[in-house]
Amino acid sequence: MALMGVVGMGVMGVGVAQNLAQAGHRVVVMDRSADTLEKGRGLLARNFRMSQMFGGPRLDVSAMMNAITLTADLGELATAEIVVENITENFELKRDVYRRLDEICAPDTLFVANTSAIPITKLASVTRRPAQMAGVHFMNPVPLKSVVELIPGYHTSPETLDRVRTLLKEMGKQPIQVKDACGFVSNRVLMLTVNEAAYLVYEGTATADQVDEVFRGCFGHPMGPLETADLIGVDTILYSIQTLYENFADSKYRPCPLLAQMTDAGLHGRKSGRGFYTYNRLTAEA
Amino acid sequence: MGDYTAETINDFIHGRFPDAAFTNDDDIFSLGFINSLFAMELVMYIEQKFSVTIPNDELKFDNFRTVNCMAELVHRQALPAVGQ
Ligand SMILES: NC(=O)c1ccc[n+]([C@@H]2O[C@H](COP(=O)([O-])OP(=O)(O)OC[C@H]3O[C@@H](n4cnc5c(N)ncnc54)[C@H](O)[C@@H]3O)[C@@H](O)[C@H]2O)c1
Repeated sequence: MALMGVVGMGVMGVGVAQNLAQAGHRVVVMDRSADTLEKGRGLLARNFRMSQMFGGPRLDVSAMMNAITLTADLGELATAEIVVENITENFELKRDVYRRLDEICAPDTLFVANTSAIPITKLASVTRRPAQMAGVHFMNPVPLKSVVELIPGYHTSPETLDRVRTLLKEMGKQPIQVKDACGFVSNRVLMLTVNEAAYLVYEGTATADQVDEVFRGCFGHPMGPLETADLIGVDTILYSIQTLYENFADSKYRPCPLLAQMTDAGLHGRKSGRGFYTYNRLTAEA
Repeated sequence: MGDYTAETINDFIHGRFPDAAFTNDDDIFSLGFINSLFAMELVMYIEQKFSVTIPNDELKFDNFRTVNCMAELVHRQALPAVGQ
């Protein structure tokens, strides 16, 4: 049984770890925050328990939990075959983690970057193994979403891509391979939509609920852009639109000040209990 | 008691979806406004509110289709074990 590494145990790290364990892997998950690790353990146990509610198999919760080790020490990822990185959407933070992973991990370990918008080639450039790195843009909630974007960086080798494709197959994912560009396909479009939706609320044109109702009712979308923002994380939306703004040096990506204010105020969406909507604190951390 | 449980669950759903029209016997999932994330919230709400732990075997969609199904599920957990 191969050992898989996961860095970052936020919204995405929990889902990736869960999905890897269900695919039969041993997993070691690292986060720098002890609180997050503790909370993440609870979320994993709950998600395994509820698997059947979402059309998944009935799972042996304790066997699944035993397959996953939580740690605050990046050193425990040394023997991982593949490391999936899911830390905060911030280039400087990710750069520091990749530099350390490059030192710590075996020479043949592959790195998979799960990012909303940061170019994979740029992340790979900080390591000495750009051929062994690829981007996978997982969707949220990870175990429930079967399609992902697969993004080779400029130097990604065909062997790396093959191995990552195999891993995705084990995880039940169907990849859509796209070229490396900031925001890829999905977030080049989605983040602009969410940002404009936030402007509509900021300017008082409509309430969040009205904006979402237009998308659900008129367009038949299952969720509106601002409920989606709460699911993704309002902070992550802000960091992603900032990344697009900086990378393209194009004012059309100017971040809505409301997103910045909400991020500063701790209104991060479901994960913090409040964003564009308020969630029951006991039940919101989906 | 059945009424109280069902009404409490009904209130919780209405609190989140004020415009939704449904009875306690309607299949709320077929009405289209509920997604899997809300289903998870429902499970957690019910466990917290009624101080029950729903056994894994009972964590099935069918037990959550209608408000009355959920209320029955709660009552099954709350029954004292025979002989206690
Ligand atoms: N939320 C989504 O819907 C979504 C979807 C696809 C991709 N992404 C991307 O996935 C990544 C993670 O997003 P998220 O939503 O899980 O964010 P999050 O804020 O929920 O979690 C990020 C986690 O990273 C940890 N972290 C930060 N710096 C660290 C470090 N140096 N070492 C170890 N851990 C560190 C934090 O403690 C936190 O737990 C981001 O790059 C994001 O853009 C998010």
